[in-house]
Parts: sequence; C-alpha cells; structure tokens
Amino acid sequence: MKVELRGITKRFPGVVACNGVDLSVESGEVHALLGENGAGKSTLMNILFGLYTADEGEVLLDDSPQVCHSPSDAIGAGVGMVHQHFMLVPVFTVAENVMLGIEPTGALGTIDRDEARRRVVELSDRYGLAVDPDATVEDLPVGVQQRVEILKALYRDARCLILDEPTAVLTPPEIDELMEIVRQLADGGRSVIFITHKLREVARIADRITVLRTGEVVGTTTPGESDEQALATMMVGHEVQLLVDKTAPDPGAAVLAVHDLVVDDERGHRVVDRVSLDVRAGEIVAVAGVQGNGQSELVEALCGLRPVQAGSVRLDGADVTGRSPRQMYDAGLAHVPEDRQRDGLIGSFPVASNLVLNQMRSRPFSRRGRIDRRAVRRHAAQLVEDFDVRTPSIDTAASTLSGGNQQKVIIAREFVHAERLLVLSQPTRGLDVGSIQYIHRRIVAKRDEGVAVLLNSSELDEVLALADRIAVVYRGRLVGVVDRADASRELIGLLMAGAVDEAAAVEATGDEEVTVT
Amino acid sequence: MSTATVDATGPASDGGTNTGVGARLAALANGLIIPVLALLTALVVGGLVIVFSDPDTLDEWGSFFGDPLGALEASWDIVYDSYRALWNSSLGSSRGLSRTLVEATPLALAGLSVAFAFRAGLFNIGAAGQIVIGATCAGWVGFTFDLPTAVHLPLAVLAGFAGGAAWGGIAGVLKARTGAHEVITTIMLNYISYRLLDYALRSDAFQPAGRDDLISKPVADSARLPEVSFGEITVHAGVFVALVAAVGVWYLLERTTVGFSLRSVGANPNAARYAGMSVAAMYVLAMLLAGGLAGLAGTMNILGRPSFSLTGGYYSFIGFDAIAVALLGRANPGGVLGAAFLFGVLRAGSTGMQAATSTPVDIIVVIQALIILFVAAPALVRSIYRIKAGRGTSQNFTTSWGA
Repeated sequence: MKVELRGITKRFPGVVACNGVDLSVESGEVHALLGENGAGKSTLMNILFGLYTADEGEVLLDDSPQVCHSPSDAIGAGVGMVHQHFMLVPVFTVAENVMLGIEPTGALGTIDRDEARRRVVELSDRYGLAVDPDATVEDLPVGVQQRVEILKALYRDARCLILDEPTAVLTPPEIDELMEIVRQLADGGRSVIFITHKLREVARIADRITVLRTGEVVGTTTPGESDEQALATMMVGHEVQLLVDKTAPDPGAAVLAVHDLVVDDERGHRVVDRVSLDVRAGEIVAVAGVQGNGQSELVEALCGLRPVQAGSVRLDGADVTGRSPRQMYDAGLAHVPEDRQRDGLIGSFPVASNLVLNQMRSRPFSRRGRIDRRAVRRHAAQLVEDFDVRTPSIDTAASTLSGGNQQKVIIAREFVHAERLLVLSQPTRGLDVGSIQYIHRRIVAKRDEGVAVLLNSSELDEVLALADRIAVVYRGRLVGVVDRADASRELIGLLMAGAVDEAAAVEATGDEEVTVT
Repeated sequence: MSTATVDATGPASDGGTNTGVGARLAALANGLIIPVLALLTALVVGGLVIVFSDPDTLDEWGSFFGDPLGALEASWDIVYDSYRALWNSSLGSSRGLSRTLVEATPLALAGLSVAFAFRAGLFNIGAAGQIVIGATCAGWVGFTFDLPTAVHLPLAVLAGFAGGAAWGGIAGVLKARTGAHEVITTIMLNYISYRLLDYALRSDAFQPAGRDDLISKPVADSARLPEVSFGEITVHAGVFVALVAAVGVWYLLERTTVGFSLRSVGANPNAARYAGMSVAAMYVLAMLLAGGLAGLAGTMNILGRPSFSLTGGYYSFIGFDAIAVALLGRANPGGVLGAAFLFGVLRAGSTGMQAATSTPVDIIVVIQALIILFVAAPALVRSIYRIKAGRGTSQNFTTSWGA
C-alpha cells in the first residue's frame, strides 16, 4: 500500500512535535524513519495509526485521503503497528492473541477456533514466521512474541506495517531473522515503516530513509547515498564522532571480586547462577547480554538492592556480601541505575535535591540532621556546571528535564562519589547521540582515573565501544569473558544467544584466548 | 523566562528563598484559586439544598406560576438568613470566633497527621482510631491522677501523643514488615479502637461511680487545658499546640534530613531505596508521628472544652474530616491550618444556623462534602469557571491516594 503524509503538523502544549512533515512510502518498500528520541517519529506514526489527530496536514492511503480517529479506523484502512511494548495477553495462545477482537464466529456466535488457527498457520507459513499457533505467549521468547504481533497485523490484513523500534529487545540472531521477515513482507507488496535510531540497521534493511530532527524532515535518502556517518550528522545536526577515543587500559588490582554469586528473582527463579567475575581498577568490564538474562539482577545484588542466595561479593578485599545499599555506598560504590526515572531520580524534587539524594545525610549538606541548604545549592550549581546539565535552574523539577539531562543529573551525582567502583546500568538508553558521546567520554575518563567500572548494557555497540573486557551472560550464567581485542561482533552475538559451541568455533579460527565455560 | 532570572539571583542573595517574591505570590494564588472557587461553588449548591430542604419555601415554589416573585424572595430569604446565622455564629462574633478556633484545633492536628503520613506516601485512614486511643490515654491520665498542673497537664498530653503514636505505629510496622497496606490496617485499627473505648468505658477505671452509660469520669481541673483570652476571644491552649505542631511538621519535612528521607520515600520509594534510604524505617516513623499528631488531636478534644469526658463513638468524625482537611490543605502544613479553620467555621456556624433558621446541621456536611468534591475534581471547577489548566501544580494528592 502506498502511504503518503502531507504537511503533518502536531502541536502539544509548549512543543511542536511534528512541523509540516512530508513522508511517502511506496508499496513494497521498507522505509526507515530515523531520528533521535523526541525527533517526532513516534508522534508521526501515532497520527498515521489514529492515536493522535494531526493539527494540520493530511494522510493519503493509496492516493485517497483518509482520516483515522482511532486505531480501529487505521486497522480497517489497512495500517498495522507493532509497538515497542507488545500488546499481547500472556496467558493466551498465539492463535487466541491473533484473533482477539475479531474472532471468527460460527453458528450461535461461538468462536471458530479452528478457522482462526488455520489462518494463523497459513500466514505464518507464507511469511516464514515459524510460530506455533497453540503455544502460550508467555512461554515464547521475545523475538517470537514480536512475530506474533506481526502476525496480528497481517491477520487484520495490514498492507502497511509500522514497526516501532523493533530491534530494541532482540538478540543479534533474532535481528537477522526479523530483517528477513521484513524483506519478505515488502516483497509481497506491503509497505513497511521501520522506526529506529540505530544507524547500522538502517543501512541493512531500508530502501529509503527519512531522517527527522526536532519535528521536521531533514531529508530523505538511501543507504547507497548516505553512509552511517552522514546519517548521524543528519540526525544530530552537526558532525559527530561515532567512536570513543580511548587508550589501552592499565588495570590494577581487583576492586570488585564476585565469586559464585547466586541470585533469585521475586518468584524464586534462579536468575543469576554461580557467576564469578573480577573488575580491576582502571578497566571497564561490560556485562553483555540480551535483556532479561540476569544482568539487571546481578547488578542489583552487587548494589545491595537484592538478596544474595549464595556466593560472595568483595570490594577492595573486604567481604560486602548482603550489605545494604547505604553500606555499599559508604564502602565506595557508585551506581547509575537502569531505569533512571523509576530508580534514579525523584521527578517531583528539584534538580538540587536530586544531586544530593544519597548524600543529604552527610556533611557538608547537613549537620545534626539539619539540612544546610546553602551547601546543597552550591554543590548543585557546581555539578550543573561541571556536567553540563541543561536546566532552567537548580530548582527545576527533575521530571521536566529531557532524558539526556536527567541522566546527566544522575551521572553527576554518582560520578562525584565514584572513587573505587562505578556500576553503570544502561547508562545511555534512550538518549540522543550528543548525550551518549558525552557520557561515554566521562566513563572513559573515570576509568583513566583508576576507577573500576562495571558496565551493564544491552547495546552491543556501546559494549564494543567502551569495554576492555566483555562478560557475556545467558540465562543467568556467565558464558564467556572475552578481551575487547578478541571480541568480534559475531562472537559476542553468538555468546549472547547462548550458542557457546559455535562461539568456540569462531574463537578457534581467531586463535586467541577466550574463556568459554 | 522572567522567573528563571529571579531564581538566579535568589540563592546568591540569601541562599534561603528559592524563588522571587513575585513567583511565590503567583504560586500561592495559583494554589488558592481552586479551593476558593470550590468553597464558593459549594456555598451556591448548598444554598439550593437549603431552599429545597425548607418546607415553607417549597410550598412557595409549588405556587410558582401564581406568584413567581414570592418563590424567589422566599428562597433568597431562607438562604440569606441561614448563611447570615452561619457567619454570626462563627466569624461574625467574638464568641463565634472563639468557638471556631476551638473546633478547628483537633481538626488541624488530625489534618496534620493525615498530611504528614501522605507526604511519606502513606494514606492514614486511621486518624479516627488514633484520636480515640490518644484521647483515651490522655483522659485516663487526666482523671485518674491527682497531680499539680505543671506535671499533670504535660503528662496527660504526652500520654495522648504516645497512645496515638503507638496506635499509628502498629500500622507502620505492619506495612514495613509484611507489606500490609496501611489503608486496610488503619481501617481495621479504627474499629478495634472504638471497641476498646467502649470496653474501657464500662470498666470501673473509667466509669464514674453510680453511672452505667458510656461516659467516663471528667478530667481533673489540673489536667485541663488553660483558657487564654485575647480581648473577647477566649480559646484553650490547644490552639497553640496546633500552631506549634504545624510549624514543627513543616520544619521537619522541609529542613531536616529525616524529612528529606520521608519526602523522598513518599515521592518515589524506588529512588529512595536506591539512594540508600530505608523505606521501611521511614514508613514506621511516618506512622508513629502521624499517629502521635492524631493522638494530640484527641488529647486537645478531651482536655479542652467542651467535653472533658470520654463518650462512646464521639471522635470518629474528626478522623474522617481530617482526611478532607488534609486534602483541602494539599498535604502542606499551612494549607492544613487554613482548611481546618474553614471547617471550624462551618462546624461552629452550623449549630447557630440551625437555631436561627431551623436549617438542619446536616447542610454543613453537604457543603463540606461539596467542597471536597470540587477540590478533588479540579477539572470540574476549572470547566465551571473556564480557567485554563495550571502549570502542573501539585495535584498528585488526589490522584495518588491509596496507590
């Protein structure tokens, strides 16, 4: 289906999310929509999908103007969307999820399950989705769940498919499979709009690329015309350096020593299984893995936020297993949490308070339990300056800052304290390229000061850019620790997918030392 | 960005005020506009209820087509007389004002209790029970011992505070140790407290000799709150206790590290935990102090006029009005004082109104309910008066209850 957006403008109070955006997607085309967070990609697609109504401009589907007031209008018109967060009922089967809302009915209005199942199988076969219609959704890996979402759209006869950041939750092999499926869908005459901020994917899959910046179209190009560097420049608006400058590490003694650590989640499932890992002074060790393989729980356990079932954690030689978050903080741990809005900041508090959130009870910020507001403000003003936090004032509520500046508030607070061990979880998730660069430079600077850095990141690019050593976790186990020099994208990708044997084969050809357990 | 410029000069000059005077006034006006309009709207709707609850006026409306003016005049008269009587017996006379202040005192303390707990993220429905326990403890000390005032009165007040604190603390400990939701536990503790009071009132330790109804001995003179007069206005010392408590709560929340932790836990328990604060300890502390404040509310009620004696089931409504007071005051100490004063006006005025016009006291309950309704649904007031949405002022008090 041919999709055309003409002069779309959408204003929210205080911000123009889309400003006169033109976009045209041909049948059989994979069109990448590239832009940083807040560039207006999602707003634009929500307009196409009927979640928002444009203030100005029109939507044309197959050359006829179309006004969609709700997603069901859009679905009726042949537009399907796979959201970043899946909209599936976990306890239902694939077939039930797919037919949900438009169940085929037999006589007396009973649901015709066989018919639904038959169509699911047929669609799944035609597009090589390889989905079992009778499997329960919660038992399926994330990549397959995503295919169920695609199946849902196809079942509703979507001729234009919008994929919102589809690769964020996938392993490298799953990304490959998704790319194939997308290609097949396009070859079948459907149009696919692929929303992303990852440059590498764009080059692989897109026929054409439209770059958005601050609500406006910067340009439309093709992978042939523009390389990654050029796309990055279009996206950010100025020249960017994609690689982090860093010298070889000069590691000292082990600061963090984890031995046979075992951690369970709330339901008693073993999520970290006998993990042993050292982080030495002056090196960055990255824990790589697809989201949900125990790395979050590992970090929480190290920070005293989650009980340890067995094993030990040592910090500078002292046993700190099972200490409280405050004790860990006092022992020299600084922690940038994964979910900054949930765990890192108090959104309704001013920036100044957030900058001393974990230090308020110590001098000079308080004496005898009384807050010294002058000291707090002075400290805040200094950090805002040092870490280039863009905020109207230090009294501004943290929640009103952009994601990048919120993260800088946390980074500032923790980096000031980080003298021995710095634990970072997804430090640049969802940030714009400029902020990512800045934070990466600060992380490397910390390493060069001799701080031990543990980086938990599901972005392979980030891991490869920063790490001196890479520890790959898969289903709670450490499947390999690889020196950066020996780590190819392929090797790490295979380890992340748990394909240890193949990884060993790859490693053998490289004939370097890798611990694969 | 004029406010930003003002902000920048503020800290340099005194390090104290965060925002310029203009910005502060604007924020204050912004915070007051909804409650004031809510009050106004409630009085208008309350007027309608007065008209429709008066049989004589309704008769006039029955013959509306014969004498339309008569019906309107009768309606105006009854509403005017009612509100005039309300005014005269609350603010319009020194006796009225004295009564208003005395009525407002326990409401203010109990309102502070609810507001304080709320700032720590807890919804204290249990002020009613904490008031009962506080009053029971204070009353028992008050009528059991015979001591000089300098010892007796402070001891009774302390007992009231401690009783309330213990009662609130139970809910706090249950929340911290087992995760039991404080809304459930405090409601249950309310019922237990009522029955405990009933039980106590039947015992010899409480019942005056020769009586078998549910009333306790009166508090000894040496434990009664002294009366203080300013010209013709006479109040008991509890009024000052409430004022001091409000300042104390404000100072604790805004100027101390403990208050910072409490507010952090209330605003985002996850971030508070990640920052090394003990969420469980803050829950216990918040409920202890909230219970203590409610206990003081009961104490002021029993050691001050007019009661001096415990009776069965008497205190429960203060505990629930306290929730309304905290809501109206936006969980902030100054606001709570203002809201408690307003409720004191309505309560002091209601009896005078009934005496003068036979408008039932229940009308006041309706007006109170309407005020709360309009404050809780600011969008409604905004749409009635066509005010544009404010700049994200703290509406979260009503949206995050019991979350």
